[in-house]
Amino acid sequence: MKFGIQVNEGPYNHQSSDSAYRFTKAALEKGHEIYRVFFYHDGVYNGSRLGVPPQDDRNITELWEALAEEYNLDLVVCVAAAQRRGVLDESEANRNGKDANNIAAKFRISGLGQLIEAGIQSDRLIVFGD
Amino acid sequence: MSEVIKKFMYVNRKAPYGTIYALESLEVVLIGAAFDQDVSLAFIDDGVFQLTTGQDTKDAGMKNFSPTYSALGDYDVTKIYVEKESLEERGLTLDDLQDLKYEDEDEDWAEKDSIRLVSREELAQVMDEQEILLSF
Repeated sequence: MKFGIQVNEGPYNHQSSDSAYRFTKAALEKGHEIYRVFFYHDGVYNGSRLGVPPQDDRNITELWEALAEEYNLDLVVCVAAAQRRGVLDESEANRNGKDANNIAAKFRISGLGQLIEAGIQSDRLIVFGD
Repeated sequence: MSEVIKKFMYVNRKAPYGTIYALESLEVVLIGAAFDQDVSLAFIDDGVFQLTTGQDTKDAGMKNFSPTYSALGDYDVTKIYVEKESLEERGLTLDDLQDLKYEDEDEDWAEKDSIRLVSREELAQVMDEQEILLSF
């Protein structure tokens, strides 16, 4: 089956990104396809490479990136939600006159249309959030 | 934009302010309208407060985005389900909500009501018919 995944909460404060990660990993290991993982609302914070959680805890951003590396996952951060919260890639930072960017390498920033498209193209769209 | 037409329902469950879910749900609806899908909205639980008239956010220092709901008809978003029990549980009636309309192109642009007041049971049925449920 082909799944689209939506993550609506940031890392750590809520479990939804962990749950989405574990679901995505399990689905891939069972041979299912993940069309896209779309990060919305505070979920965009999952795509910040600047998080430094304690060493004896999980690093959710790095977990997503490792999964993306292994399975060529499409990790998309919503541009409107990301701009509002200060998650930027290099071109967005330049365009908005900011002095830094923080997007993690395996994530990309794109529009909400990518979420709708994931709904259209996937057999199921699964929302992880509150 | 797409040959596949799916039934999308946006389920709005939270009060308009206090969290950002309502505002960012509306942003998805507006962007999603460009995809020519079969779209409907549901307002349940505290989500029914999103449609109330007379919202004034001045003292809270937040943007009042409630006027945007009246533009939904222009985006061809014409099916807005409001759950009767959620209204009643909060002491609200349809008179407390915006009078949302759309122009029906199949009937010479006659103005029609967008809001459909449905019971919890009826809404469950409508949800069951959907292919994509986005809950906010």
